[in-house]
Amino acid sequence: MINIVIAILVLGSIAALFGALLGFASARFHVEGDPIVEQLDALLPQTQCGQCGYPGCKPYAQALANGEAINKCAPGGEDTIKKIADLMGVDVQPLDENHELDKGPTVAFIIEEDCIGCTKCIQACPVDAILGAAKQMHTIIIDECTGCDLCVAPCPVDCIEMRPIAETIQNWQWDLNKIAVKQLD
Amino acid sequence: MTDYLLLLIGTVLVNNFVLVQFLGLCPFMGVSSRTETAIGMSFATTFVMTLASLLSYLVTTYILAPLNLEYLTTMSFILVIAVVVQFTEIVVHKTSSSLYRLLGIFLPLITTNCAVLGVALLNLRLEHNFFESIVYGFGAAAGFSLVLVMFSAMREKLANADVPTPFKGAAIAMITAGLMSLAFMGFTGLVKL
Repeated sequence: MINIVIAILVLGSIAALFGALLGFASARFHVEGDPIVEQLDALLPQTQCGQCGYPGCKPYAQALANGEAINKCAPGGEDTIKKIADLMGVDVQPLDENHELDKGPTVAFIIEEDCIGCTKCIQACPVDAILGAAKQMHTIIIDECTGCDLCVAPCPVDCIEMRPIAETIQNWQWDLNKIAVKQLD
Repeated sequence: MTDYLLLLIGTVLVNNFVLVQFLGLCPFMGVSSRTETAIGMSFATTFVMTLASLLSYLVTTYILAPLNLEYLTTMSFILVIAVVVQFTEIVVHKTSSSLYRLLGIFLPLITTNCAVLGVALLNLRLEHNFFESIVYGFGAAAGFSLVLVMFSAMREKLANADVPTPFKGAAIAMITAGLMSLAFMGFTGLVKL
């Protein structure tokens, strides 16, 4: 009987000692926030477009850290997915079909004759790429627009459309990833 | 000194924990699909195994043995390992975020790695002294790391190889592991302990 009591006491005191050690360690080495969220947030394009289903890039970074699929960022495209996969140590996945941009880069365009100057699109724009004031015609600053689509829905007169960016000598880029490389036996 | 060196080589190659004693097979199959993760897992396991074998030696010799409580070893070792893993995770998280990124997801996995508990129990059975326990723990982890990294490198090559359909995936990995085990059996008799 006394043996059992000793055994329980010993194991209990070891456990209590270790528990105290861990409690002390977690208080002493407390970490503010998760550093990986910051790093993921830095990789995301910061358009805050919400196409991933989260209200912005930071919430999506948070969700990524908790195991959300890495292929939901349409503005970032394949490059961002690759970087996230590297950081998280997981395999690269193709961009989620629901978020696929099949038309290539686009830019918003306001049909100025139809614009009634309601400023609703200005409030929706995450990158402040729409210029205008109440009851004044609005227009898009093309260089700032990321093509995120968010201004299209709020427009009450449907005067915003997404137009593909024409490829010119100025914006053309080598797209080596698009060239299919096949391994021959 | 020679004894320790022999013990180290013997543990890494001859009595390799994974391929000869068949301990720690779950991480061996589980985290070996990419070399990068395998290296992260190796570092984490090495750290935890060495520390756990040291601490479990201290717990048996100075707490359990004087009180004739040897039957509690397994239970207290599990406790020791869980604490070491948790403590390591907390400290690494605070001190080095890049190391935490490398090891972070693997640290909790190590708690359930039977090789860690195996080292502690084998230390007891083989009646190792303090330094032998540390060398044995480190050697076991080094052997585990060596095999894990080699195996993951092979699996990365296999991913590109033209494997017949019935053998694709886990099947060819099992066969590879078996062949590696056969190869390591060849070290038998290199070191007599």
